[in-house]
Amino acid sequence: MRRLVPAIQVERVVKRYGELQALAGVSLEIAQGEFFGLLGPNGAGKTTLISILAGLAIASSGSARIMGHDVVAAYRQARRALGVVPQELVFDPFFTVREALTIQSGYFGLRNNRAWIDELLHHLDLTEKADTNMRQLSGGMKRRVLIGQALAHKPPVIVLDEPTAGVDVELRQSLWQFIRRLNRDGHTIVLTTHYLEEAEALCGRIAMLKQGEIVANDSTQNLLQRFSGCYVNLKLAPHRLPEALQPMLAQQDESGFRLALRSYDEMGHVMAALRSAGAKVQEMEVMQPDLEEVFVKIMRSEGVTASRAEHP
Amino acid sequence: MIGFYTLFHKEWLRFWKVKVQTVLAPVLTALLFLLVFGHTLRGTLEPYPGIAYAAFLVPGLAMMSVLQNAFANASSSLTQSKMTGNIVFVLLPPLSHREFFFAYLLAAMARGLVCGAGVLLVTVWFVELRCEHPLWVLAFALLGSGIMGVLGIIAGMHSEKVDELAAFQNFIILPLTFLSGVFYSIHSLPPFAQVLTHLNPFFYMIDGFRYGFFGVGDVSPWLSATIVAACLAALSWLTLWLIKAGYKLRH
Repeated sequence: MRRLVPAIQVERVVKRYGELQALAGVSLEIAQGEFFGLLGPNGAGKTTLISILAGLAIASSGSARIMGHDVVAAYRQARRALGVVPQELVFDPFFTVREALTIQSGYFGLRNNRAWIDELLHHLDLTEKADTNMRQLSGGMKRRVLIGQALAHKPPVIVLDEPTAGVDVELRQSLWQFIRRLNRDGHTIVLTTHYLEEAEALCGRIAMLKQGEIVANDSTQNLLQRFSGCYVNLKLAPHRLPEALQPMLAQQDESGFRLALRSYDEMGHVMAALRSAGAKVQEMEVMQPDLEEVFVKIMRSEGVTASRAEHP
Repeated sequence: MIGFYTLFHKEWLRFWKVKVQTVLAPVLTALLFLLVFGHTLRGTLEPYPGIAYAAFLVPGLAMMSVLQNAFANASSSLTQSKMTGNIVFVLLPPLSHREFFFAYLLAAMARGLVCGAGVLLVTVWFVELRCEHPLWVLAFALLGSGIMGVLGIIAGMHSEKVDELAAFQNFIILPLTFLSGVFYSIHSLPPFAQVLTHLNPFFYMIDGFRYGFFGVGDVSPWLSATIVAACLAALSWLTLWLIKAGYKLRH
């Protein structure tokens, strides 16, 4: 079977702003139909990378393609294939919701797009606000219009730059439902978010950026498994950790100790050490790492690369 | 073409939706200038033989309105969009630099021409005005609004804040307009000031426009048209290049 053109292909992209290097040679490939997460702390280069894909910024070196179209040389095809929901809550105060959507689809060369715009308004729960001026909408509604504007030309690739920042829980749920549906319908979704539980629940694959470099890029499942160890919370009497277990100590407070285990197999070692030290276990709890912990670990580790991320 | 037309239409709607501020206000300003200066200087000045001062003033005021509003449209739209961030709506779509340029330019020209026509429409009730060469009137209105639309695009792209744009407007556009012969014939100036005025491209726009009405001007309309068209071509080339390079639009 012929391999599909990647939805997004980024090759050795470097972006410098004067002295500052925002992206230090990023390479990334996202297949069609993926639900992809791009994570990283503030200033890691997520928005810069998205800006380069969208043509809002021009790479200092390297190349980027959307559905096989170079974002500079073939910018028309590339931009037609891409819908971007910007991070900032921007709007044009001169227009109503329907006008904003109609104008946006017109920029992409579409006329008589009313049926799709009606559908968008319906899915984004904006039908009643169609003729309301943008100024009069709440923040959450403006965010929904931004999503509508990004989808006005039915792009195969959709990039959402922190779309749920400042959006209430109910709306967040309905937004994800809608975006999941778009993904099921074949749209490639790229998401940046600060809510790691969202990324964990939604994204099939995740890349993590740190100081302009990709430090992890794997399926969400693999990322979680790569840090396949677990945590054991122990409350001991007396409140003293045996010497043999000190290397595993991850955290300690008055109520107990948290040990980081490479795998469940180490439980035997832990129990044996406790027995031989004569420590009595008052409480014990075994915990799975979540994406947040994976994220924190990767961000804290120095010089970690995608190929050699370490166990806890 | 649909993309270009949509952007033009959006820019048109942007000023037309608030026409009280963008069209009626400048027309009223021009009318006030006419009433005050026309009245106070009535009978004291006759810039050209047989032409009353108030009649002389009207084409100058109309052209001033064309120029200032064409500039204001493109510049304020771009600067405001950059400040509020909604410029991304026109940067994300597959619009070429030419589509971007001509859409903003034509909308700016449209507002300039609407305001100029408004000034003429209102002032004819107060002043008897003849129009000897309507084609020259139209040609200079188009050229003048074109130049100012292009300058407005440059200023709008360059300015990051309203005060930067205001500086552009107050220290460059306004002095060049006021010192271009809107209110006087340059023959009434001392020789040195006459030479300086000839270096001001705005002078040729106003003089040529006025020639269209009275059939007399300080210089030949052909010379004025050549200079203004050359300025327009050079500025357009520069602006197209700036837009293509993404000057202060794309990082």
